[in-house]
Amino acid sequence: MASLATRPIALTFPCQGLGGRTPGLQFQCTNKKMVPRKCARKAGSTKICAKFELKPPPYPMDALEPHMSRETLEYHWGKHHRAYVENLNKQIVGTELDGMSLGDIVIVSYNNGDMLPAFNNAAQAWNHEFFWESMKPSGGGKPSGELLQLIERDFGSFEKFLQEFKSAAATQFGSGWAWLAYKANRLNVDNAVNPLPSEEDKKLVVVKSPNAVNPLVWDYFPLLTIDVWEHAYYLDFQNRRPDYISIFMDKLVSWEAVSRRLEIAKALLVEREKEEERKKREEEDDETADDEAVKMYVESDGDDPEND
Amino acid sequence: MALLSHVTRKTLTESLRLGLKSHVRELQTFTLPDLPYEYGALEPAISGEIMQLHHQKHHQTYITNYNKALEQLDQAINKGDTSAVVKLQSAIKFNGGGHINHSIFWKNLTPVGEGGGEPPHGSLGWAIDTNFGSMEALIQRMNAEGAALQGSGWVWLGLDKESKKLVVETTANQDPLVTKGLSLVPLLGIDVWEHAYYLQYKNVRPDYLKNIWKVINWKYAGELYQKECP
Repeated sequence: MASLATRPIALTFPCQGLGGRTPGLQFQCTNKKMVPRKCARKAGSTKICAKFELKPPPYPMDALEPHMSRETLEYHWGKHHRAYVENLNKQIVGTELDGMSLGDIVIVSYNNGDMLPAFNNAAQAWNHEFFWESMKPSGGGKPSGELLQLIERDFGSFEKFLQEFKSAAATQFGSGWAWLAYKANRLNVDNAVNPLPSEEDKKLVVVKSPNAVNPLVWDYFPLLTIDVWEHAYYLDFQNRRPDYISIFMDKLVSWEAVSRRLEIAKALLVEREKEEERKKREEEDDETADDEAVKMYVESDGDDPEND
Repeated sequence: MALLSHVTRKTLTESLRLGLKSHVRELQTFTLPDLPYEYGALEPAISGEIMQLHHQKHHQTYITNYNKALEQLDQAINKGDTSAVVKLQSAIKFNGGGHINHSIFWKNLTPVGEGGGEPPHGSLGWAIDTNFGSMEALIQRMNAEGAALQGSGWVWLGLDKESKKLVVETTANQDPLVTKGLSLVPLLGIDVWEHAYYLQYKNVRPDYLKNIWKVINWKYAGELYQKECP
């Protein structure tokens, strides 16, 4: 895990589900949607020019009123989110990032903490799309099913989770995000592979992140987010960030979306583990084959009568 | 951190004076400084609504939380609870920094009729020309760095007390300028948190930066400079 080359990017984010172009809810790997729209090509150039599109929220601009105003949505989506997408498109033309999925660009440009210039725009483009789909009109309430079970298992109770999530969002110094994420069986450090992975390692966690950073860069599966940049709430709540956070949890969060993301995360994880297992076997086979090849070479070298 | 050592010293000396057992004393608390002008006095560059919220709500919250953190620090020090002392550092830096920065910021601004936007006379003007080429070049540089700053923070014109040179720096969140170098003194700080401009300028931070120069109090910055470089 020390280098990017060994990170299972493609496997972690094989489709749009969590890390792809759309940080949304699609489970099916409809790769058609991921294929970059070709932009005007210069004569002689064969390069595919990836253009990310600004996807609108899955509801009308006034659908979250009175909790989140149309005006906030119009600026937040129509100006802020748009600027991240447009600036990213300009930034990646002709770079190695051109043609990658949005999630992959986030991880690659994070560059293990030594961020490349595209990181802020890529991560913010990803974060905002994920944020719109974390909400719905008449949202809020309580999750159900497996999600609720896991929340109760990992936080003690839904109320304790709420407290932890709200506190993370309220105490993020400056601009940033708070997240509920599914943490796979990885050690809590960037540069190590879990030597003894077990099912119990997998759990829900609440984390906060500064500015554009999101949990993809820690190899977590994001399930829910709240934007605590001031532009997310200033027109509706001014300095009252805690009120905004409470309203978000009480009236806006889409637990259906969170549940679907959990399902996707678990499915992707199973796939990833299978793939890792397969690779491990291949490597072992390769090693065995190499050993045999060396042995044969040594034997043939020594025993070939024609050499005499 | 100078502040921390000051508090520590105070605690120690007072503890000695009062005797360690009867440890009753007043911890210094901070209060919101008055604005040297009316909330609406910087219009149209900065609206009265922004100034009022910024001063009464944001700055007040930094002070409230700073006082709270200092009180907790005092208790932690008295208990000898080192891990609690260390844990409080981020809250002290953030809220104490917020108090320091906003206190300077209010003085960096002044209404147009009272000298706002008038370029500095005297030695600061010369120093700006020497260090940046011209006032226009300095403004352009601070606007560019302020606009490029990701998330929340400040863009500063500072003086390096040792080299006597002027510098442009940015700091994240509420980090005060001194976090960029112990010899740096802030002459002028521009708040580029969204709360400083959002109600009026929305997402267009560059317009806020363009307009704020109309209400900059160069006289105050010049006095600070004069004091350090007589």
